[in-house]
Amino acid sequence: MKSPYQNTHQLFASDEYKNTLKEQILKNFFHNPIKHMYLYVDAWFNFAFGTKNNPLYHLGSLAFFLLWIVLVSGLYVFVVFDTSITGAFQSVEAMTEQWYLAGIMRSLHRYASDAVIAVVLLHIIREFSLDRYRGFRWFSWFTGTPNLWLMILLGISGYWLVWDQLAQYVAIGSSQLLDALPIFSGAMSRNFLSGNLSDRFFTLMAFVHLLGLPVMLVFGLWIHVKRLTKVEVIVPRGLAIGSFLALLILSLIKPAVSHEQADLSIVPSVLNLDWFYLNVYPLLDYFTPGETLILAVAISSLLMIMPWLPTKRTPPAVVVDLNHCNGCSQCFEDCPFDAISMQARTDGARWDMEPIVDPALCAACGICVGSCPYSNPSRRSETRLATGIDLPDQPIHQIRTATKTVLTELSSSKVKIVIFGCNHGIDLTEINAPDIATITLPCTGMLPPAFIDYTLRHGADSVLISGCRSQDCYYRFGNHWLEKRIKGERTPILNKRVNREHFEFVGYAEIDKIQLLKNIETIRQRILNEGQS
Amino acid sequence: MKTGLRYILQTINYSIFMLIVWYFSVAPAYTHLDVCQSVVVLAFGHAGQSVSKCRKRTPEELAALPPNMRNPMICPRERSPIEVELLLDDKLLFTEIFNPQGVSGDWGVDVYRRFNVPSGKHNLKMRLKDSVRVKDFNYIYEVDVDLKAAQLLTIDFQPEKGGFSVR
Repeated sequence: MKSPYQNTHQLFASDEYKNTLKEQILKNFFHNPIKHMYLYVDAWFNFAFGTKNNPLYHLGSLAFFLLWIVLVSGLYVFVVFDTSITGAFQSVEAMTEQWYLAGIMRSLHRYASDAVIAVVLLHIIREFSLDRYRGFRWFSWFTGTPNLWLMILLGISGYWLVWDQLAQYVAIGSSQLLDALPIFSGAMSRNFLSGNLSDRFFTLMAFVHLLGLPVMLVFGLWIHVKRLTKVEVIVPRGLAIGSFLALLILSLIKPAVSHEQADLSIVPSVLNLDWFYLNVYPLLDYFTPGETLILAVAISSLLMIMPWLPTKRTPPAVVVDLNHCNGCSQCFEDCPFDAISMQARTDGARWDMEPIVDPALCAACGICVGSCPYSNPSRRSETRLATGIDLPDQPIHQIRTATKTVLTELSSSKVKIVIFGCNHGIDLTEINAPDIATITLPCTGMLPPAFIDYTLRHGADSVLISGCRSQDCYYRFGNHWLEKRIKGERTPILNKRVNREHFEFVGYAEIDKIQLLKNIETIRQRILNEGQS
Repeated sequence: MKTGLRYILQTINYSIFMLIVWYFSVAPAYTHLDVCQSVVVLAFGHAGQSVSKCRKRTPEELAALPPNMRNPMICPRERSPIEVELLLDDKLLFTEIFNPQGVSGDWGVDVYRRFNVPSGKHNLKMRLKDSVRVKDFNYIYEVDVDLKAAQLLTIDFQPEKGGFSVR
């Protein structure tokens, strides 16, 4: 549809556009409020922490870091812990009394464990609200739920070891839940009646807490990230220091303390529950153990099958064309989802290797297309631009054709701005003005840097690339790789002769449309000023 | 200035997060048992008596068996259900029939039931029937108790020690 406005300035200044924009922002917010809340908090944290240290961009690695604190503090605590029915509580109390060392270690162990669950919950809600759990991502989501359970079981078993009245409450509640399973036949709860408990119980719990569950968790976490490449397991230094200091200060101000020593002849009345771990136990006062277990299993199962409620169709996977592949392996290096592997050449060409794509793992993001040296729009040897690896639904040739078309449409305009966007940032189709042309890709990582050069040489005054916010690419590395390619730090690099002032690479979420419009207007004014001078 | 402001904002954000972590690690407090209540737990493991008595095999039955399996006595594996009643101050608190477990119904049952009751003096009556071959309850026990607040009273059943006991 042809815009009634002569240029972006008129468009953006019009009341009609401003009202439409406000309506869109409100409509989008109420369409997915959790997502938009995250995007606003992201923006706030980007300002406070910087994108590099934004905790919401590193929830996974932050959980890993907190687990390290749990491990190290746990090892110290175990050294001074007495695994006996009479000694357990006393040894924990002795730790608390030594506030400057063992007490801090105990508190760090407790609070870091709680923080892990808080961070994991934020991680789950974030991935869900940003629609990063379905389609090609189903595996990570599906395998994440058992890990959450393992973490909770790890925490629960830790609470048993203190052997205070909270431990007594948790131990009896857990036994009732286990007794509801057919394999335990109802005999376990009777162990906690007065006089029935022995030191072997603590040996068993120490084994479960210190070895059994941690080993299973490490294995589970390895499975969880199996389909990702270059997994970030080390949290940025700034965030690590900040988180640790915060935990340390909390441990000093509010040291972790126990309830009264366990006494099996009485029933604990009022309990200061750790709701991060022990939230299931109050249900036992309202439901039978069997019903509680069914409820827990039902919620977990529902969580696990979320990727199929409903399922998300992933476009067809990329296809390798060996006629245009020199086996450089850059696509293999850049793929964020481990969908590409390299194997020995099968077509008899002089190159050693060739890429092979696993369609089940491919996200169809096109990042590999952007990394292929053959995806250069300036190649003149063929009428159809063919590359070594390409998206069937949106091939690189189609993007070159679209670029040519929009440049022709802009040819009569005084200002010619071409914007390359992505499917997960700002919807560029809503930005409609005669001096702007927009082309949307699955991911900005699909854009070979040579396209910037090509677009400028073929008449554009300026190129603007609008991807996801920095550090928050929907496809993990798209904007990161493109930025490195533009800076010349990763192949294929942007030609050095391209005037850096004539293009801009920005990262915006869908709530940042006003910033994008301001950005466009600044570019437009710069072009006009340059024209006058 | 901007760096200083950022550090201040970071401190605020870390503080909010740690406040949430601390709060939910201990609060809100949960009242598991009201102040003026006590708990009675009925907990025992017991296998009911066989559904019928052992009997001698007839000569014909013995002859039909292989020589190495000619046990003169035949005892049925199936156990009787266990019927339990618990009365507090002559009011029925609990009654249930526990069927024997196992494919052949030859396993015992494990019972663990918890009851919150008002603290104070009470009369407790327990009845148990563990045989289909008797008409009425074959174990009966009655006791007066004075339960303190939050006290846990355990009712056990061990036939080899005479049946019910409380502690």
